Amino acid sequence: MEKMKLVMIGNGMAGVRTLEELRKYAPDLYDITVFGAEPHGNYNRILLSPVLSGEMTLPEIMLNDLDWYRDNEITLHAGKKVTNIDRVHRVVVAEDGTEAEYDRLLIATGSSPFILPVPGNDLPGVIGYRDIADTEAMIEAAQTHKHAVVIGAGLLGLEAANGLALRGMDVTVVHLMAWIMERQLDKAAADMLQASLEQKGLKFKLETQTAELVRGESGRVCAIRFKDGETLPADIVVMAAGIRPNIDLAKAAGLHCNRGIVVNDTMQTFDPRVYAVGECVEHRGTAYGLVAPLFEQAKVCANHLANFGIGRYQGSVVSTKLKVTGIDVFSAGDFSGKGAEEIVLHDRQGGVYKRILLKDNRIVGTVLYGDTADGSWYFQLLKDRQDVHDVRDHLMFGQNHLGDAGHKGESHAASMPDSAQVCGCNGVCKGDIVKAIKTHGLFTLEDVRKHTKASSSCGSCTGLVEQILASCVGGAYTPSDSKTKPMCGCTEHTHEEVREAIRKEKWLSIPEVQLGMNWTTPNGCASCRPALNYYLVSTWPHEAKDDPQSRFINERAHANIQKDGTYSVVPRMWGGLTTPDELRAIADAAEKYNVPTVKVTGGQRIDLLGVKKEDLPKMWADFAAAGMVSGHAYGKSIRTVKTCVGAEHCRFGTQLSMSMGVKLEKMLFGMWSPHKVKLAVSGCPRNCAEAGIKDIGVIGVDGGYELYVAGNGGIKTEVAQFLCKVATDEEVLEYSAAFLQLYREEARYLDRTVHYVQRVGLDYIKARVVDDAANRKALYERLLYALQDYKDPWLERAQGVEKHEFVPIRFHRKGDALSQEAEPA
Amino acid sequence: MEMRLVSEWLRVCTVREIPRQGSRVIDLAGTAVAVFRTAKDEIHAIEDRCPHKGGPLSQGIVIDDRVACPLHGWLIRLDTGHACAPDEGCARRYRIKVEQDELFIATDD
Ligand code: SRM
Ligand SMILES: Cc1cc2nc3c(=O)[nH]c(=O)nc-3n(C[C@H](O)[C@H](O)[C@H](O)COP(=O)(O)OP(=O)(O)OC[C@H]3O[C@@H](n4cnc5c(N)ncnc54)[C@H](O)[C@@H]3O)c2cc1C
Ligand code: SF4
Ligand code: FES
Repeated sequence: MEKMKLVMIGNGMAGVRTLEELRKYAPDLYDITVFGAEPHGNYNRILLSPVLSGEMTLPEIMLNDLDWYRDNEITLHAGKKVTNIDRVHRVVVAEDGTEAEYDRLLIATGSSPFILPVPGNDLPGVIGYRDIADTEAMIEAAQTHKHAVVIGAGLLGLEAANGLALRGMDVTVVHLMAWIMERQLDKAAADMLQASLEQKGLKFKLETQTAELVRGESGRVCAIRFKDGETLPADIVVMAAGIRPNIDLAKAAGLHCNRGIVVNDTMQTFDPRVYAVGECVEHRGTAYGLVAPLFEQAKVCANHLANFGIGRYQGSVVSTKLKVTGIDVFSAGDFSGKGAEEIVLHDRQGGVYKRILLKDNRIVGTVLYGDTADGSWYFQLLKDRQDVHDVRDHLMFGQNHLGDAGHKGESHAASMPDSAQVCGCNGVCKGDIVKAIKTHGLFTLEDVRKHTKASSSCGSCTGLVEQILASCVGGAYTPSDSKTKPMCGCTEHTHEEVREAIRKEKWLSIPEVQLGMNWTTPNGCASCRPALNYYLVSTWPHEAKDDPQSRFINERAHANIQKDGTYSVVPRMWGGLTTPDELRAIADAAEKYNVPTVKVTGGQRIDLLGVKKEDLPKMWADFAAAGMVSGHAYGKSIRTVKTCVGAEHCRFGTQLSMSMGVKLEKMLFGMWSPHKVKLAVSGCPRNCAEAGIKDIGVIGVDGGYELYVAGNGGIKTEVAQFLCKVATDEEVLEYSAAFLQLYREEARYLDRTVHYVQRVGLDYIKARVVDDAANRKALYERLLYALQDYKDPWLERAQGVEKHEFVPIRFHRKGDALSQEAEPA
Repeated sequence: MEMRLVSEWLRVCTVREIPRQGSRVIDLAGTAVAVFRTAKDEIHAIEDRCPHKGGPLSQGIVIDDRVACPLHGWLIRLDTGHACAPDEGCARRYRIKVEQDELFIATDD
């Protein structure tokens, strides 16, 4: 079959990203031809600033070199500017006469610097700041000339000025407005930024209008004259007073344009064969000038070019970050302050300024200077339109989630030395991360994780990694919008959409879901398969078929894998209680199977570590014979219910905490959940069982129990929140079960209770579990139904279920030959 | 049951004895080899040692023609034994053949 022809005009960041996405969706659908006015492959335009300042070189910022086009069989006409689109014959023509026919056309022509309409604006030495040629012209001017003037104190102007100053020029920044970066910053932050740029040697002339550029004897610009009559020497003038989308070509072809080429939510222009993405585009009245929204457009556009037709682009909220080494500025959203409440922290001496604007308990804008550690957190809350009522009083102090491995309180990613360790789990330093971002052209947290492993284990350094990413690529980094974020790379659908469809369509197996929801991969991935399996078994208990091959090994083998490939066995001790007989059985097993380590766990039971996989079923059989069941010390499931001695023995005890704990653990035996679940019961508010950091904490008080939910003692300690007070043991069981069932039904896979409750809010939980008695009962019943007839998985395996999982096929050496060992009976 | 093998091909088991999207471990006189069966019923045998830190690949989740190592999640290609980018490394591959649903492994290479 003959392939369709796709032609792309404009070989820049948005266009090529679209091709890369398209290559993932449908690698063979098109013959692709690309025209680019610049004589290069695709490079990272954002990093022209560090090239100008001398921190990077041109080869380092290439994203797709010429080999990439060759390897992907894309015909590239580099250095050929398209001058005509003939929509009737469906052909584009370049300046030199090169033609290409298309079935579909993609316009990605970007934008051009706005050149002030003043006399002298065409003199040699007057340049915009857009591409490699401009950057090279500036570097050359810096080597031979002294005076530079930059018109416009926006992001681009300041980065240009900073670069020229670092190259030894005397730089003045001229700005029409009353303060610099007025589109991104409020006056207070702008003043602080100006002061630190002045310290770096830049000069500023604000509220100043340019009248004329003066021609010198050599024919080159030599000075700039302002409306107020003042003149400054200028060997080079950089115009950074805004950008204009490149729409002339599209306009001449009769495509509807306003400020940019008008596109709909599927990135189509008024001619459905013609798509457009990037800075040349106007979508719902907005033309974007930062990379992050353009990449979102690219993704949607590729999806439609691939004939999938499910993505929609609905506009973006943007954030910006100035890329001047050593200076941290961040802003996002609307901070004009109209009709908003504001929270402000201003520490002049410390050089820190933070302003958060709120409307209806939601963040609508933020400006940070000096300490931008929480920029991406605020931005995430803003994009998610998360209600911040509950955290308002400590919002200003940030998420405090940057630190486990010695960088607690480290908030200035930009000023950290390269040798500082960022990820404690994987031993990754800041320098490693910066290097990977630059050499591999990374833009997303996921990419940085893949390449460096930083923040890929426990995740506690995520905030810091995001910050380093932001300081390298500026506003090109945006945390993904967690409300619309797809489950994984195999689908466009969110966790919630998938769960809903499983319920509505009554799907019972993973292939049904993948087929029904157009999974883009044949068999999913290691991240969606376990999630889907959980969603199926939790939505349709006793009906959906559990898929062991989609479970992580610990859940598949019912034991925890160790670093050397052995396993650990943790016999269940209900509520932390044991007996001499059980201890004897444990001791016997430890001897019989040569267990190298016996340890008391943090969960009030005993761990036998270093067991050979083959021995597991035999060991479980021995425990079963002693009347014991093993425990899940692994898996997204019920773990332990810790208890204190309570009123059974303790002189302060008000309730029988041990027996309450045992009842809870027995009720929940066999429960699978989005993440692990831990409980604790204390007999009085002294709380010796540490109920304050458990998914459910129960504290005995005179006349009943206080219930706490959504605590967590792990990576980031979270104190459990008070849910309600109840009177009887039966109520403890009912309320706890109802809360857990709600969590099981609504949380995303791998959310612990704390993440789920933070998302939906405690008030919602109270409304469903505490205030609505009928709903509570229904939830309770659903959990009991799901757990009924749960078969002890260890006993089953001891009796031979899934035997192949535990027994290798073994060959012995006999002389020269290998022979198979007899199967054990 | 003990049987001598005449050729360098060792009979291992039937294909059906390997779970689809799963694996079996073969112990070749002390060397652990993992045989995988993909969703499309392709069979591959590689050394049961992850090139990263020696994790037992047989215990991983099988995705198409790759396995995710159970210890730190590297993806290893089953047909070549190579780690998928950006990770680097390679697990040894074993030749196998399937005849009438019977799986054989070569011991000579
Ligand atoms: C055995 C034990 C350590 C010990 O010797 O005491 C343990 C061992 C492991 N923990 Fe733990 N945790 C153990 C109690 C805890 C506790 C304390 C507790 O339960 O009271 C916590 C903090 C409380 C909490 O979870 O809220 C704890 C927080 C974690 C975390 C972080 C969870 C989080 O959401 O932040 C992980 C990582 C994870 O689950 O993703 C983890 C994961 C692990 C794993 C399973 C890592 C893994 O996937 O292999 C460890 C297995 C080690 C091994 O090689 O077998 N372990 N772990 C404890 C078993 C208790 C039990 O009897 O079941
Ligand atoms: C110095 C600098 C620093 C920046 N810093 C940041 C930052 O920190 N964060 C951020 O998010 N964004 C930043 N940006 C903006 C970012 O680079 C742009 O948003 C992005 O490159 C736009 O992508 P695009 O594909 O739409 O346009 P471009 O990348 O400009 O690509 C368009 C291409 O089309 C070519 N072209 C135009 N017309 C034709 C034609 N008729 N025929 C053939 N080819 C044609 C152009 O030559 C150009 O190569 C910065 C920009 C610059 C210049
Ligand atoms: S047992 Fe827990 S804290 Fe200790 S190393 Fe393992 S995961 Fe980390
Ligand atoms: S040992 Fe396999 S990923 Fe680390």
